[in-house]
Amino acid sequence: MLVLVVDSSTPAVTAALVEVSADGVASRAHRCTVDARAHGELLAPQVDAVLADADARPRDLDAIVAGLGPGPFTGLRVGLVTAATMGQVLGIPTYGVCSLDAIGYPAASGVPVLAASDARRKELYWAVYDGTGQRIVGPEVSAPAVAAARARELGATIAVGDGAHRYAEVLDLPVRVEPRYPDATVLALLAAERIRAGASSERLIPLYLRRPDAVAATGRKPVLP
Amino acid sequence: MADEPLILGIETSCDETGVGIVRGHTLLADALASSVEEHARFGGVVPEVASRAHLEAIVPTMDRALTEAGVTLADIDAIAVTSGPGLAGALLVGVAAAKGYAVAAEKPIYGVNHLAAHVAVDTLEHGPLPEPAIALLVSGGHSSLLLVDDLARGVTPLGATIDDAAGEAFDKVARLLGLPFPGGPPIDREARAGDAASIAFPRGLTAAKDLAAHRYDFSFSGLKTAVARWVEARQRAGEPVPVADVAASFQEAVCDVLTSKALAACRAQGIETLVIGGGVAANSRLRAMAEQRAEKYGIRVRVPRPKLCTDNGAMVAALGSHLVAAGVAPSRLDLPADSALPLTTVSV
Ligand SMILES: [Zn+2]
Repeated sequence: MLVLVVDSSTPAVTAALVEVSADGVASRAHRCTVDARAHGELLAPQVDAVLADADARPRDLDAIVAGLGPGPFTGLRVGLVTAATMGQVLGIPTYGVCSLDAIGYPAASGVPVLAASDARRKELYWAVYDGTGQRIVGPEVSAPAVAAARARELGATIAVGDGAHRYAEVLDLPVRVEPRYPDATVLALLAAERIRAGASSERLIPLYLRRPDAVAATGRKPVLP
Repeated sequence: MADEPLILGIETSCDETGVGIVRGHTLLADALASSVEEHARFGGVVPEVASRAHLEAIVPTMDRALTEAGVTLADIDAIAVTSGPGLAGALLVGVAAAKGYAVAAEKPIYGVNHLAAHVAVDTLEHGPLPEPAIALLVSGGHSSLLLVDDLARGVTPLGATIDDAAGEAFDKVARLLGLPFPGGPPIDREARAGDAASIAFPRGLTAAKDLAAHRYDFSFSGLKTAVARWVEARQRAGEPVPVADVAASFQEAVCDVLTSKALAACRAQGIETLVIGGGVAANSRLRAMAEQRAEKYGIRVRVPRPKLCTDNGAMVAALGSHLVAAGVAPSRLDLPADSALPLTTVSV
């Protein structure tokens, strides 16, 4: 089955096509651009590009998998609205996966691991995974020192993800280089059972983890010449 | 008519999620979801709250529009979307949605200017717009006077507010008078029972010295302060505030400035058509005053019905339809949401 994967929860804007078969998940095409400020510009052309790379049409898609975050809100929504609208047009199911799982799961190798991405405002989005890659705590958002303390309590001996790179000193854990950002093939892998079973489509609800800043705006910016 | 292009429009620049569908100048669907109630307790639109609401509303609103029009996305010829100006995060949801629809349905996309769409929507009610025309766009987010010489390719800004938008002034005065948000409808309602001549509130930028530099600009901040002062003085004196009279006198001042400047622009340029759009165009006094004053000069005033004046998807579809008919090329798939998109850019 041909599956489109999108993730825009980190500065890495990702679109990929994967083939989900009875015995595995294989990448067919992959585009990723690291740019924290251009999710809206980059994602749709990348979706177009992976379809072209795989010589496929949108109507050939069987399902869509999207990273639900957590991630900076504005960028995160781009991936989710892209997946939801495409699923609506094509009449195919959409499935959500916690984006941190696509960093923590592939990094697990017998010992607990802390997966973290940058939450801005000097905070991290993070979760802790056991030695088999199952999430045991999180996703949460907090200061790096708080995440580090919790990870240590849970026995984590390594950290992974862009957030771990950025705050390596505070976390004081050895940092695994890859994956730095959510891995598209892993996102599909974590939804593979649902895809194969033809599970019903899921509403893609972002993992915001923070409330909106409830400071009233003055409305739209005045449009001065 | 059946061979005119079928155009879809998506609007998310502020707190309304709108999806409209038109064929030529014919409106087929105008579905709307609003997060206005979620903002009411803040007295203004909270951008992140609006953005979250757009994400939740876009798919069901699209479903309603398609059902209302009795078409599918496969039937659509092009997708138009507001790419600016507006709230950055809110715009981005609509732009990304439009791209998702465009990619999946393999349709061309047009990123369009929200203000030009406020002008274009009138074609759904009154047919093709004579050009050149003058447009007065007044809402909670914008107050602009434009020369529309070619709606497909560019409009010329003549003037704009130098402080608050007209709709913002309505919101603030409503709050002052203990009326609900948004302030336009309750002030309109209260004003009907009031005496518009009872209080002489200031008319911003209408004095001879201001007209030199700000002939077509607006200022509502001084008016808002004057109303606040007047109300506070009453309250301090322990006297009741005559809400209807204040509402009527305030509304009269706003409408007086808006219509006199708009008509002055028409007369100075020898233009016979004035289009009024934006949420404040739903104000009954503004409509009546504009028509009454324009008649003297033989100027025709075109104001779409209130539902088309406020932000909606139909206006975006109407502009998209106009662009397609004029042979304007579609936008690229990497088109950005631009919160400060200039008026001179009708489509990106
Ligand atoms: Zn508007």
